[in-house]
Amino acid sequence: MSAPAVRRPRAEKSTASRRHRLAERGIDTSLLMLVPALVFAVALFIYPFTYGIGLTFQPSLAMQEQWGAGIWSNYVAFFKDPFIFDSIYLTMRLALPVALFNVLASIPVAFKLRHKFRGKKTLTILLVLPITLGTVLTAQGLLIFAGRQGWLNRFLVQIGLIDQPLTLVNNYWGVVFSLVISGFPFAFLLISSYLSGIDPSIEAAAKTMGAGWFQRFRRIILPLLAPGLATTFILTFVLAFSVFPSARLVGDAMGETRVMALMAYRAFGELNDYPMASTIAIMMGLVELVVIALVLVWRSFMYKGSTGGKG
Amino acid sequence: MAIAASKFESLELQGVGRSFGGAHALVDLDLTVRAGEFIALLGPSGCGKSTALNCLAGLLPLTHGQILIDGKRVDTVAAENRGFGMVFQNYALFPHLTVEKNIAFGLQMRGVAKADIKRRVAEALALVKLEQHAKKLPGQLSGGQQQRVAIARAVVLEPRLVLMDEPLSNLDAKLRIEMRGEIRRLHQSLGLTTIYVTHDQEEALSMADRLVVLREGRVQQVGTPEELHNNPVNWHVADFMGYRNILDLDVVSVENGTATVTGQGLTLRGTAVEPVAVGEKVRVAIRPEDLVVTSPTVPVRGGNASDATVSVVEYHGREFAVGVLTPGGQSMHVRSDHSPAIGSKVQVTADPSRVLVYKADLIDPSRLSVEERELLEVRT
Amino acid sequence: MAATDTAHTTAPGVDLPPAPPRRKGSVTRAPGEKALVASPSTWFVWAGVAAFFIFLIGILVSVVVDSLGKPWFDTWLPENFTTDWYTGAWDRFGMAQIIGVTLTVAIVVIVLSVLIGVPAAYLLARRNFPFKRIITLLFLLPVLMPPITYGIPLATVMYNFGLGRSLVAVILVNLVPSVPFVIMTMTPFIEQINPTIENAARMSGANMRQVFTKILGPLLVPGILAASVLVLVRTVGMFELTYLVSGPQTDTLVVAIYRAMTASGGGEARQLVSSMAVVYTVTMMVILIIALRYVSPTQLVARVKESRED
Repeated sequence: MSAPAVRRPRAEKSTASRRHRLAERGIDTSLLMLVPALVFAVALFIYPFTYGIGLTFQPSLAMQEQWGAGIWSNYVAFFKDPFIFDSIYLTMRLALPVALFNVLASIPVAFKLRHKFRGKKTLTILLVLPITLGTVLTAQGLLIFAGRQGWLNRFLVQIGLIDQPLTLVNNYWGVVFSLVISGFPFAFLLISSYLSGIDPSIEAAAKTMGAGWFQRFRRIILPLLAPGLATTFILTFVLAFSVFPSARLVGDAMGETRVMALMAYRAFGELNDYPMASTIAIMMGLVELVVIALVLVWRSFMYKGSTGGKG
Repeated sequence: MAIAASKFESLELQGVGRSFGGAHALVDLDLTVRAGEFIALLGPSGCGKSTALNCLAGLLPLTHGQILIDGKRVDTVAAENRGFGMVFQNYALFPHLTVEKNIAFGLQMRGVAKADIKRRVAEALALVKLEQHAKKLPGQLSGGQQQRVAIARAVVLEPRLVLMDEPLSNLDAKLRIEMRGEIRRLHQSLGLTTIYVTHDQEEALSMADRLVVLREGRVQQVGTPEELHNNPVNWHVADFMGYRNILDLDVVSVENGTATVTGQGLTLRGTAVEPVAVGEKVRVAIRPEDLVVTSPTVPVRGGNASDATVSVVEYHGREFAVGVLTPGGQSMHVRSDHSPAIGSKVQVTADPSRVLVYKADLIDPSRLSVEERELLEVRT
Repeated sequence: MAATDTAHTTAPGVDLPPAPPRRKGSVTRAPGEKALVASPSTWFVWAGVAAFFIFLIGILVSVVVDSLGKPWFDTWLPENFTTDWYTGAWDRFGMAQIIGVTLTVAIVVIVLSVLIGVPAAYLLARRNFPFKRIITLLFLLPVLMPPITYGIPLATVMYNFGLGRSLVAVILVNLVPSVPFVIMTMTPFIEQINPTIENAARMSGANMRQVFTKILGPLLVPGILAASVLVLVRTVGMFELTYLVSGPQTDTLVVAIYRAMTASGGGEARQLVSSMAVVYTVTMMVILIIALRYVSPTQLVARVKESRED
């Protein structure tokens, strides 16, 4: 109904006050409820972040002397110093496989736990338990349990599977184990809830049309699950990407697990070079955004919409 | 009865309108409601009837016009201070409060004394016959019971005005008819003034003293059930009021408000509700009950007879609902006292006074000048 | 034209057909899903889950055993058991102080993030306003970013303001991921509460404040409790951010354990660290158990949903 030309003048002249006109566009005093959260976001997130970006262009004298390039010398250092630059590769080498493993391993487990069976609740709770353990305790436990004299090696030697104790901690694998232990339950929890959002009758319908389990998975479940998979991957990737205590405690901090977070902290806490620390931190954010963007591009090719379930 | 509505003389809506962004959900609604009246706002979904109700309730601010009670503006008063009661489509009971506390909530908000609250809640519960469910939570009640709680919650406040937003649309057919009677009974016995929103013309016709038909945010017609049932002001209202046969035909002659129309292989004499001219394309509206198959006991009415071929027959208890095709291929819904064979030729007839002829283009009353509008109203 | 449709399907004098009855909870399960003999894929999954549990239980038990053992070197079990490590760690690290700090930080963070987050979640769930998408994104960013990315600039700002190593700084940095987390969990929770309930309360004469305290508050309690438990777990376990700004007097338990493990000179005795780790885990579990006693979200949520579906 939009023929304003003939509309009568009475309808034309709004008796509404300015307040009403604003209310029409969704602005009124109740928006004040948003103020605390906005103040919080600006003060504790936006401001520090922009401040940090500004800081990256104020390199320390030592940096300027070593790398030149004036205000850009932090960035030059980041890309030219192999000690720092290689940490990108070392971080990716850890975070990508771990995030991928956590997501892929969660799918079959979530599938098996979808149906009702005795002890399901207990099992789910046990699977989720490590979320409360935290990285530090996991690290301590891994050092003892999977160390050279730990129960794991002891058992493997005892049954004759290996001759010499395996080195499972203080290297790449130690960090992988710790990331799987803390990341897998999280991925499992998310994927389970996405899976429960898919109406089982959809799968039943596919079954009546003669689709085998692989076809059902490939053609029905996977496309519906894809957005959930993407989100889960992003979140587990963020967890693994910012790995820091475990890289130090069960990894090889100056060698194969010299991740970006460690480098950033080293600049911050040990060298007290705040501009360089901010530079590494901002670059971490950028690298992560690139990965997230790639995942979102993949997701945009998949089905978007309702999964017909009960949320 | 102790619960009684507080009184006012008249409620006036003057040019009430509501726009969302650039879209006009409700335009220029004028209405005067007298105390004790039962008014139904009727229209298809999206016609602005719920917007009108929410504006009246104060849940939506007006963008145009004003609302007056006995000459005092109430549209500037906040919803909670208007003293209206409201019943919602999905009941909107407070899920964490028992039936009793749901009903008591409004009284508590108004600071009524504890003993009074107890007494009034008990009366309201008795009124809707839910005494034995007082301690239950809404989730434990059936849909019909929840609806009664919602009604009790609204009327216990002795509101000046009760607003009902499609209160019966979530109930099944049998319960709905029961509750119609119930609401009407409460309205009369408590002396309430009620504004009732519905998309169900039958519900509106059976309950209301006056109906307001809305379409695309504009009032089409205001009148008693009889007026709307028998004399819809335009073909849209007719269509909505159950005139299922809407035929596009041409005018061949007009005399004294009676127009002869033809097309699709049929010729009819009908009443020109809107001014029509010879040669004009018009819309003709006929109720299925008024268009009947002739038989020895059903003679041709007013010389109106047309041939048609039977295509569908449905048994409707005392009569048959028959679908027929005119020689021109136009399908029509008619009634018959006997069951004609499918494919057989029959003759259908309708009283010219029940064949309503409208302009094919809708005249939007709100776009006419005041004089034109008055002219239109005089004619109907 | 909707009017045409309505009129054509509704013959006068004939009742409207009953609306299709809405059923809830009638989930159809694919029949014959369970096979009598488990397939290889099932075995594979169970083997994976079992391996995961072996690691998990091994980790937990070995820390507990270690914290009680004296001495434990190249054997299956320690020679003797003792609780000396606990008393030792308690005195040496000032555990009472550390636990006190941890709980203070956790409780303050929960209260603040609920106070800040719930009103924002309410608006995001209920209203449309200009820039809503951008504001939503702004609230979600801290969850998507690795903590250290914003943690380092934030910590730098804290030190500039002279807040370094203070309790205030520890609380503030922990708010950054917690507030978005509360917003994220509460928005869908508020969305599933029928908005007409609020209208009904207003029509009953309740003003905005009363709507919030009498109607929305009680309905939101289960959601707030659930969000609080999650914030609690995150805050107590949050290492990265706390570590950046905390000092000797304001270390939370995780940070204290990390410092003990990495202290210069090869760290503290392993058993001391283990006993602290056990204290950490036990604290966490106790908090969770207490919290879960008061949270029975399923009941209330189910009630809300029930009355909505009918």
